[in-house]
Amino acid sequence: MAAVVVESPKHAAAPSRAGVFALAFAAFVALAAAGWLFPRWLTFLLTLAAGNGLVSLGIVGLMRGGVVPFGQGMVFAAGGYTAALLYNKLGITDALGLALAGGIAAVVVAAPFAPLLSRYRGIFFAMLTLALSMVTYGLLMKLDALGGSDGFNVGRPTLFGMKLPDAHVGYVLYVITVAVATLAAVAMRVVFSSTRGLLTLAIRDNELRVEYLGGSVRRAMAVNFVVAAFCAGLGGALVVLSLGHIEPNFSFWTTSGEFVFVAILAGWQSVAAVFVASTVLEVVRSFSSAYFPNTWQLALGLFLLFVIRFLPRGIGSLWSRRAGS
Amino acid sequence: MNAVVTILIDGLTYASWLFIVAVGLTLVFGVLKILNIAHGSFYALGAYAAASFVGWTAALKWAPGFSIVAMLFAAVAVAAIMAPLTERGLLRFFYGRDEVLLVLVTYAMFLILEDVTKLVWGANPYYVSEPYSLFGNLHLGVQTWVGYDFVLVGLAVVVGLAVWWGLNRTRQGKITLAVIHSAEVASSMGVNVSRVYMLAFSVGIFLAALGGAFTAPMISVQPGVSVGVIVVSFAVVIIGGLGSIEGAAIGALIVGLARSLAVHVAPVSELFSIYIVMAVVLMFRPEGLFQRTQARKI
Amino acid sequence: MSTPLLQATGLAKTFGAVVAAADLTLAVAAGERVSLIGSNGAGKTTFVNMITGYLKPDAGRIDLDGRDITALSPRAITHLGVARSFQIAQLCGELTVLDNLLVAVACHDGRMSFWQPAHRPEAIARADALLERFRLGEHRRRRVVELPGGVRKLLDIAMALAGTPRLLLLDEPTSGVSAEEKFGVMDTVMTALGHDSMTVLFVEHDMDIVQRYASRVVAFYAGRIIADGKPDAVLADADVRRYVTGELVAEAS
Repeated sequence: MAAVVVESPKHAAAPSRAGVFALAFAAFVALAAAGWLFPRWLTFLLTLAAGNGLVSLGIVGLMRGGVVPFGQGMVFAAGGYTAALLYNKLGITDALGLALAGGIAAVVVAAPFAPLLSRYRGIFFAMLTLALSMVTYGLLMKLDALGGSDGFNVGRPTLFGMKLPDAHVGYVLYVITVAVATLAAVAMRVVFSSTRGLLTLAIRDNELRVEYLGGSVRRAMAVNFVVAAFCAGLGGALVVLSLGHIEPNFSFWTTSGEFVFVAILAGWQSVAAVFVASTVLEVVRSFSSAYFPNTWQLALGLFLLFVIRFLPRGIGSLWSRRAGS
Repeated sequence: MNAVVTILIDGLTYASWLFIVAVGLTLVFGVLKILNIAHGSFYALGAYAAASFVGWTAALKWAPGFSIVAMLFAAVAVAAIMAPLTERGLLRFFYGRDEVLLVLVTYAMFLILEDVTKLVWGANPYYVSEPYSLFGNLHLGVQTWVGYDFVLVGLAVVVGLAVWWGLNRTRQGKITLAVIHSAEVASSMGVNVSRVYMLAFSVGIFLAALGGAFTAPMISVQPGVSVGVIVVSFAVVIIGGLGSIEGAAIGALIVGLARSLAVHVAPVSELFSIYIVMAVVLMFRPEGLFQRTQARKI
Repeated sequence: MSTPLLQATGLAKTFGAVVAAADLTLAVAAGERVSLIGSNGAGKTTFVNMITGYLKPDAGRIDLDGRDITALSPRAITHLGVARSFQIAQLCGELTVLDNLLVAVACHDGRMSFWQPAHRPEAIARADALLERFRLGEHRRRRVVELPGGVRKLLDIAMALAGTPRLLLLDEPTSGVSAEEKFGVMDTVMTALGHDSMTVLFVEHDMDIVQRYASRVVAFYAGRIIADGKPDAVLADADVRRYVTGELVAEAS
């Protein structure tokens, strides 16, 4: 569903743009076809992996700039609640339309904070984003108009005006989510290899020098934050449509923590790795809750330690070469 | 008039709780440069251990006053067991790495401890009621406060003075201050930095567990207790400035009063009054209220 | 008398009890090659930091070609045609030499595209041109963390030139470079600058290099300028010999 691009200093060896698009399209077709054969629980799992993966994709974009956001739950919830509200209050039911609306709403929510957040790094950035997401959580819990602590349900979406047949709802949502994820992945791949992407990497290494060279570090970081919000909003909307339900927990800091975990696991080299890592998380989550109900967090914690210790550059480093990307 | 007094006293008691909980966190950051997300987990362990120990004193039919000793002992036990385990057994492998990476390691610790606590004590709530009624009640006008709440205030003062005295008046404390300033320089002067880290981390855990132990009588001890503590103590520490003990005290007072105001004046805002204060402080003084001077970079 | 390219007037800066700059006044005309000398802590780097906007002077004024730049940020000053290198090379460690130069070129251009590939031919050509000028070709694909000290300094300076500045400030271009490499580095730099009518201020401790490459020398001591003129004259000055080169023993004060 996303392109595996090996970025190396040998520019001739890197796949061309067209190559990236072709690879992504092929991956999408393969996944869509395979999904038809998968059991229902698997397509559902992969749908969530793709939707949640979108949030982590945005986080990777920020991590390439050297900051780790601990509060993407805020924009994830913004996307989800927007989709849910549009569905219930305004009768907008098109899945793609809701996804786009979720992304835009997340941008609207994030944009006012972007200039502020662009001034911070390290722990302060992490804690400030965490604070914002917890304020959002608090608001969502208190506002009964938004369902309060219980949240509310969302019905079945439509696609291009067509109702989704009962037997294949899961599959259609799967294809939609994977399609959106593929598009987002390709877009992010393009951005990562662009001038802006290189600038982001430079900021991570030495933002003082970037300022001295005439580049605006704050503007770049603010933009990255907004882009990450858009991805998270898309993901939030799609996940809500698959789950059929939204609640304030979407904005809780532990939810944000899981998105960060996936980003760490993936590393910031390969876009495909983000979705592989997201799938791994969903698999571990399902497996744990099925067989070891009280140890889901234990498993996650041990897994995180393992990744930090032995795969500090994430699983993407297993197939992407390091230098300069 | 009554309302003002109520707000002030509530603010003070909450601030005391905040300080006890936050001072260990800021100490650990000051010395080891680690922002410990698992801090709340050690708090929870203190609460659970206190529940167990106090339960045993009650079962053994000891006088209720012993429950205080039991709570103290619970905090010591948690620190004695968990400090070597987590610091020697885990954290030291990551020293010197990026500060956010270390936050993630402590986040993993938090996740692990959450489930470990559930496995050991189960998911049902514990109630530690004996100590709560030990100190009678205080009547001021129409308001009644439980005496125990003021024990917390006393404890906060004792803890604050003890930490201050320990750092500034003892030899080990001055060595610790040197390490706070620069571990590298201290090491080159012959200080066993490893031991200082171990000591500071142990004290930090002890203080967290102490907070948990002494709070246990006031709450129902159950899974999830740690989560609320983590975020709140962060806010206090960030406001006061990472690594500053005085900052933790001032931060605790500010947040305590802010929350007290929120609860009494605009209850809807209670949940996020803390975060708003934290966000405001971060916006205007990113290093917190007590900044450290920075060395020259270029 | 035409406007000097750089005019510093009465600059002052203290850090607590340390006086890093006291009433610094200096005018540099276009095309000059000025060397700033002085012992450590004399205020040379503080001066450079103030000129380039990293530090704000407590008092005084800085004019670039008649325009007041005292309060501007480093980024704004860079876009006015000022560039600098650093005492400790400020590079993007994980990136390759080529990528560092691409970043420099892109920052100067100011347009940060979302979709234009960073490694497109036009950008690479410009980066390669800088590579060649500074004889960094063999290191093109190496990551900065793998580079020796002298090469880092060259890259540091090469990046500063991505924007074809009018005024270039080099902060100890040969510090951290071995004795054998020093002249090689300075030679490469000056040759690279040779065909530009660029104004250069360079902080330097090695008097041989100062004498060889500077048309004018300004000596600092305790935040003040104690001598200013042709290299031979300044280096023979008694105060300079006492407080900078150490040829005369400084009196105990």
